[in-house]
Amino acid sequence: MSRRDQLASLAGGVISLPARIIEPVMTGLQKLLGIKRMPWVFLFPNMLAVILFSLLPVFINIHYSFTGSDRLYPQDRPFVGGANYETLFDCGNYLDPATCSRDLFWRALGNSLVFVPIQVIAMISVALLAALCLNREIRGRGFFRGVFFFPVMLSPVVVALTWQWILQRNGALNGLMTWVGLTPVNWLVFPNTAFFWSVFITVWAHMGFYTIILLAGLQAIPKDVYEAAKMDSANNWRVFSRITLPMLKPMLLVVFVLCVIRSVQTFDELYVLTGGGPGSATMLMVQYIYEIGFAVQPRNFGLAAAASLLLGIVLLIFTGVQLRLSRSAQQ
Amino acid sequence: MSDTALPKSPASVRGILLGRRGRGRFDLTDMLTYGFLILGLLVMFTPVAWVVVSSFKTQANLQEFPPTVLPYASETAVIDGFDAPLPLFDVTQQDGRKVRLAQVRRVGLNAQMVDPADPGAKRIVVPVVNAVPVRQVRLAVENYANLVAETGADLWRYVYNSFFITVVATIITLIMNSMAAFALSKYRFAGSNVALVSILSTLMIPATVVLVPTYLIVAQLGLVGNLWGVILPTVATPTGVFLLRQYMLTIPDELIEAARMDHASEWRIFWRIVLPLSSPALAVVAIFSIMSRWNDFLLPLIVLNRREVYTLQLALNSFQSEFEVRYDLLLAMTTLTALPLACAFIFLQRYITTGIASTGIK
Amino acid sequence: MANLSLRNITKSFGAVQVIPDINLEIEDGEFVVFVGPSGCGKSTLLRLIAGLEDASGGDIRIDGESVMQVPAADRGVAMVFQSYALYPHMTVRQNLSFGLENIHMPKEEINRRVEDAGKLLQIETLLERRPRQLSGGQRQRVAIGRAITRDPKIFLFDEPLSNLDAELRVFMRVEITKLHERLGNTMIYVTHDQIEAMTMADKIVVLRKGVIEQVGAPLELYNRPLNTFVAGFIGSPRMNLIEGVVETEANGTVRFTASGLPPLSLPGSGASLKAGGKATLGIRPEDFVLNPDGGQGWPATISVAEQHGANSFLHCTLANGEAILVHEQGQSKVGRGDTLIVGPRSGQWHLFDADGLRVEVQ
Repeated sequence: MSRRDQLASLAGGVISLPARIIEPVMTGLQKLLGIKRMPWVFLFPNMLAVILFSLLPVFINIHYSFTGSDRLYPQDRPFVGGANYETLFDCGNYLDPATCSRDLFWRALGNSLVFVPIQVIAMISVALLAALCLNREIRGRGFFRGVFFFPVMLSPVVVALTWQWILQRNGALNGLMTWVGLTPVNWLVFPNTAFFWSVFITVWAHMGFYTIILLAGLQAIPKDVYEAAKMDSANNWRVFSRITLPMLKPMLLVVFVLCVIRSVQTFDELYVLTGGGPGSATMLMVQYIYEIGFAVQPRNFGLAAAASLLLGIVLLIFTGVQLRLSRSAQQ
Repeated sequence: MSDTALPKSPASVRGILLGRRGRGRFDLTDMLTYGFLILGLLVMFTPVAWVVVSSFKTQANLQEFPPTVLPYASETAVIDGFDAPLPLFDVTQQDGRKVRLAQVRRVGLNAQMVDPADPGAKRIVVPVVNAVPVRQVRLAVENYANLVAETGADLWRYVYNSFFITVVATIITLIMNSMAAFALSKYRFAGSNVALVSILSTLMIPATVVLVPTYLIVAQLGLVGNLWGVILPTVATPTGVFLLRQYMLTIPDELIEAARMDHASEWRIFWRIVLPLSSPALAVVAIFSIMSRWNDFLLPLIVLNRREVYTLQLALNSFQSEFEVRYDLLLAMTTLTALPLACAFIFLQRYITTGIASTGIK
Repeated sequence: MANLSLRNITKSFGAVQVIPDINLEIEDGEFVVFVGPSGCGKSTLLRLIAGLEDASGGDIRIDGESVMQVPAADRGVAMVFQSYALYPHMTVRQNLSFGLENIHMPKEEINRRVEDAGKLLQIETLLERRPRQLSGGQRQRVAIGRAITRDPKIFLFDEPLSNLDAELRVFMRVEITKLHERLGNTMIYVTHDQIEAMTMADKIVVLRKGVIEQVGAPLELYNRPLNTFVAGFIGSPRMNLIEGVVETEANGTVRFTASGLPPLSLPGSGASLKAGGKATLGIRPEDFVLNPDGGQGWPATISVAEQHGANSFLHCTLANGEAILVHEQGQSKVGRGDTLIVGPRSGQWHLFDADGLRVEVQ
């Protein structure tokens, strides 16, 4: 049997045990409900999980944002109207977090507003560059594709610790700099450098994913279009800007939206790498929500819910705008 | 792009020698391409390789600055009259000669040395700057042994927790998602569109928005501090349902009809016909699930509040503060945590990358 | 016994009614062919009999018992699909036994049936192969084998030969006919190819837009088509249909005048005809007489003369511009541009009234 057959039969063997229990149940249900109702039976477990863990929580979150206290269960929570939102927006000067009652929220927001654009642009540029390189007929393309994808497989904790090991005061980077005669820098201690490396590390960890998607998009462009361009004496830059880029636009849009959504929710790597520090220089929105809702005592579920809803609404608007733009661009 | 034109330019000779694309034209873009790819190779692999190499360095070796590339360990020698082995040094003496001595102790800027060939003789005092330690490359495998010893049985428990979550969650995800995809692709029934849209719309809900309520629901179910509290919330992945449905749509309906005429119950049709034929898509969903479960951090962070139920990722994170200066242990643990998926990656790389490519083409 | 009775069958898909009202009786052991252009509802009708679709109204009885509420698998019918619908991930043997396993038949019985079917269809050597390793004709036979193992009362074939090349089609036609002789079951066969219908059927059902145009033995449909549709559909090459006006003449003849053409006097009583009424005259290409004695006929100019060796087909244009096809036995001496007179062979013409229905005048 081929490798695929072997894997398939192994997987089959593992899963067949619960199947032997399920089969009589399902057959019985079919006799009871008739074939026409069977799709609902198949759909039921998944829908239950979706409703329970994805749709219901949104409504609960809304409830949380309009209630106060540190009690977990909704029935214990007193209704406070828009107090949570008011607290969040209680600022003397919106541009200066120090004047806000919830200064951490505004610092995190400010950080996110800087982090996300920079990271997204860097991520997509590098991913596009890599995809363009991989799209050429080179030897070992499969190997190099795996190269860029490798860090995506690493867990955020591993990624953070790896780079922490390299960037610390006595780490390899400083060692390298000393070796070439530069003075070492304590990278993660200073806000600006810590911020820079936060962007770098997250791009490093995730660009492979977007490279693969963009590569698929590039490969969907038929080769004869390029050949026609060559017959039209187009040089490389013109080919790229007039042919490749426009034909890649839909895919770029998808990648852009995915990247922004993911970027806004950056938490894992930075939490382990810097813990949001130094101070709160690398604290982003999700970390704020985590701290407020789970780390700081007493836990403030209301604020966390309010902040997360604001985040969700912003993302929703963003995606909606993007879709609208893409639809009009298609016309 | 293949270039079928005969090389006419003077660069053709160089092209033939270097033979880049087998056609003889080696231009700037090729050089840039390979340059970028090589750079990418270095940047992507070196950090992790560095961690792995470092995990084989002794504690002493780790504290050196600038750090050595390879793991070194000091050579030692057993000398009569001394209980413990003494480290060996190559000492440059006043007359410029190099001699190998064993260091007894170090006081300030001077070191007391003893000649291994003549241990009974007087101690030689040598300025530290003149003494270079004698070292050889040695992999400090004991770091890993120490790691296991320090953490005790806990390490295996963390590994078990991660495995349990990953395997069980993946199996449940596969079955549930494929059942839902089957219903949504092979049947036409009122409400199928609503169901599909509602499942796909959850893609739009950022995990952050449902963080607090998820915790509530998990708490209501009594699953806080329980592995199932991490398994259940993310079991109904919309991408899984979407991928499987797309694939199942390509299975001809006639097969299903033939099976119905073959007296197969709907479950049988699903289990014996549709599911085996969907194995490529199942493989992709399984790989995604395994990757995301093994690496999952935020949800376990808030749900698993007892040490005994920590996953490997949580444990690694907490060791960051526990092993404050014990980098030898921390690096060993980091390597271990990265190991399973890295190995899986090497074997399954092709499936993974093609799977992601097909998701992207929505 | 396996007679099939369809009474007042109607079928609608949503607002579209594809079958208004069908009544049909099929005797045990008959080989019945449903034939008609695409979209005529023949496949739908087959699927209604199979139970893969539910009729919107009416009754289907097999052996006198209504099967309207009976699921497809329990009706005692077996279907051979157009695309064969073989389970691609199972071996031929598993394909053949799947249906029997589902009804928990004992293993020995299953094996016996599989072996018997294998011998009958000469696929015993292929039992351990997968469908992708088989040729089109072999897959066909496996699909038929799957139907045979179920030992049904009625066999249903849904355009089984349409995916085969011409040579294989001819071969399989004979094979299926021989199979029918050996097994003796009732077989219902759907095709759009009227040659298959003519050569294989005991009874042909011609369908158009969900309505049965005519039912009868092949030669009966050929010799006495009941309307212009059946006349033009059955028989290859197509019957020539020329429109004109009929008048009854006193001497027991009917005079047919096509515009722009000399009138033809045809023997027969025009009792059922309206004088001056519109009519269509149908003459098959092989029923033309060239340059008939007695001079009655139409002048025709040859535009293309096809020499097939044993036959010649002359594409002619009549004086009024209409095109007809004339068949001549052997190798014709006339060629492009030549003119000749063509007239109907005695007794071999068909007259249809203004509604396209057959008129008996002889």
